[in-house]
Amino acid sequence: MILDAYDSLKGEMFGVLDPDGKVVNKDYEPKIDDDTLLKMYKTMVLARIADTKALQYQRQGRMLTFAPVMGQEGAQVGPLAASKQKDWLVQAFREMAALLYKGAPLKQLYLYWYGNEMGSRFDDLNILPVNVPIGSQISHAAGIAYASKLKKRDESVIAFIGDGGTAHGEFHEGLNFAAVYDLPVVTIIQNNQYAISTPRSMASKAKTLAQKAVGYGIPGVQVDGNDPLAMYAATKEALKRAKEGKGPTLIEAVTYRLGPHTTSDDPSIYRSEEEVKEWQAKDPITRFRKYLSNRKLWNKDKEEALQEEYKKFVADTFKEVEKMPLPTADEVFDYTYANMTEELKKQKEAYKKRLNESEGE
Amino acid sequence: MATMTLLKAINQTLFEQMRKDDNVVLYGEDAGYEGGVFRVTAGLQKEFGKDRVFDTPISEAAIMGSAIGMAAAGLRPITEIQFSGFMFPGYNQIATHMARMHNRSRGKYKMPIVVRMPYGGGVRALEHHSESLETLFAHIPGLKLVIPSTPYDAKGLLTSAIQDDDPVIFMEPKKIYRAFKQEVPEEEYKIPLGKAKVVQKGTDVTVVSWGAMMVETQKAIKALEDENISVELIDLRTISPIDTETIIKSVKKTGRFLVAHEAVKTLGIGAELISRVNEGAFFHLEAMPTRITGHDITVPLPKGERHQTVDATRIAEEIKKLARFE
Repeated sequence: MILDAYDSLKGEMFGVLDPDGKVVNKDYEPKIDDDTLLKMYKTMVLARIADTKALQYQRQGRMLTFAPVMGQEGAQVGPLAASKQKDWLVQAFREMAALLYKGAPLKQLYLYWYGNEMGSRFDDLNILPVNVPIGSQISHAAGIAYASKLKKRDESVIAFIGDGGTAHGEFHEGLNFAAVYDLPVVTIIQNNQYAISTPRSMASKAKTLAQKAVGYGIPGVQVDGNDPLAMYAATKEALKRAKEGKGPTLIEAVTYRLGPHTTSDDPSIYRSEEEVKEWQAKDPITRFRKYLSNRKLWNKDKEEALQEEYKKFVADTFKEVEKMPLPTADEVFDYTYANMTEELKKQKEAYKKRLNESEGE
Repeated sequence: MATMTLLKAINQTLFEQMRKDDNVVLYGEDAGYEGGVFRVTAGLQKEFGKDRVFDTPISEAAIMGSAIGMAAAGLRPITEIQFSGFMFPGYNQIATHMARMHNRSRGKYKMPIVVRMPYGGGVRALEHHSESLETLFAHIPGLKLVIPSTPYDAKGLLTSAIQDDDPVIFMEPKKIYRAFKQEVPEEEYKIPLGKAKVVQKGTDVTVVSWGAMMVETQKAIKALEDENISVELIDLRTISPIDTETIIKSVKKTGRFLVAHEAVKTLGIGAELISRVNEGAFFHLEAMPTRITGHDITVPLPKGERHQTVDATRIAEEIKKLARFE
């Protein structure tokens, strides 16, 4: 058991692959079928290309503010691959790789960052929308898990939060709430080393963030977050506990945000090039590609073909998003309530009347 | 038909709705085993079990946040904040998520949540136990806000709130939880949200109030019986959305408008009502629309609270002034 074998209080970190993609922890190498391994890899590549392109679009003034995931893809596809399709995904706001793995269309994810709420409506997927106020999503995960337990649905919840989010009171309340009712929640802290400019050391005095689990009476483990296999294995164990009614687990994924916090951020102010280079050498995508190549599942030709395919797909998708009609007046009013109030109906009609008149001019 | 207090009417409604719909769950601090500090939820855990009626850690944020998750997953949670003055840690969840999730998800996630909380002063309580914070909820798009003033209305409004697909803040006037009894039908009935009630018809002055203040207002009107002033009294009942139509119709008839509330003056609901009266009945006004409210001060501790209380005497004086204004 990974959760027993690695003591976060002693700073022990669980990993399976070394930075060269070699298995260095054979005992815990998860047995994953080839299709799933390839899906994990391809999702990471798609997320990386979508990120890179979106940054370009943003600089061209075609995209609004967005939060790139680059560097953290491994911490996301591992857990998602370990979960079932009907398990819930509760995101913070930097989970593009997780969302893509779950099946959220890139078009929708782009649409959200393009400034349209329709990008948050995931009709057939158990996904909550982007959660901007830091830390406040953990209790949503607990609530979903409560419903799942009450209705005996066998749906667990994977909730993401950042290292900065662990400093928030909502993190404590949410995790504690999930723990006291033994709810099926796996909380994954993506420790990407910074909360905008504020380093991990300012988020907590604790040696690891995984050890916070001790205070809630639940297991916690620190995992190499740039190792998708390790993330898969740890999440698999946590989900097994959840399913068996043993309650929540806390996983700290040690990773790095290679890009800015959002497109409005300039990370060169607060971190050195050397540091970034150090982490680039631990890039989860490179590492996983080497692992797949070693297993004869991947090669240069496949890589070139995939890069070409995805670059075109991403460019086409963004063009589609740009061509989509702007939200109408009806759209921005109609979802405020499930059943619109008389008051709001009047406001909407008055506004639409004015709009029609001014557009008629 | 049984006669019962406002508190008992709420309790009976909770039983009724939990029997009717398995998706209704109820929880809050001390709301389960003990039945709440006011015993509003007494007996519910015994009948419905610890999974559907339960106690929580002292975590207002997680109580509200978990309700959002439950609602997204198909439950209809009824949550309790022990006193409205303690809602602030939960306010983040209410304002930033509960009120917005339906909009944010473009209609995918409905939020059929009821947030119950006792509110208001005059009960000789500790600090933070006497606030009237309705403005803070009425100002947030996506929320509805209900304040009943009678046992009959409490049942009908709470039934509507529980069956509503939008989040409803249900503020309970704790001062009159047990103040009087009224006949309350045993079968289910609903009072629509967003509809005020004309409690008494009149032709000289329109008076609007809600919650515990309705009792003081009625006392004031009674005290004026010999003054030959015909008062039209309206119980607002739903603070958001406001039933503007009923108020305007009345003011067009009387030409004089008074609103009385416990909450502090600045940006109180009274200010909003007066704006609406100006917008909707300006040319019918015969006197300036008037409000009686708490002062813009922190609710004093019990020995000084009388300085803040809006009572029948003050209301009666204002009604008289308004009626005689020429």
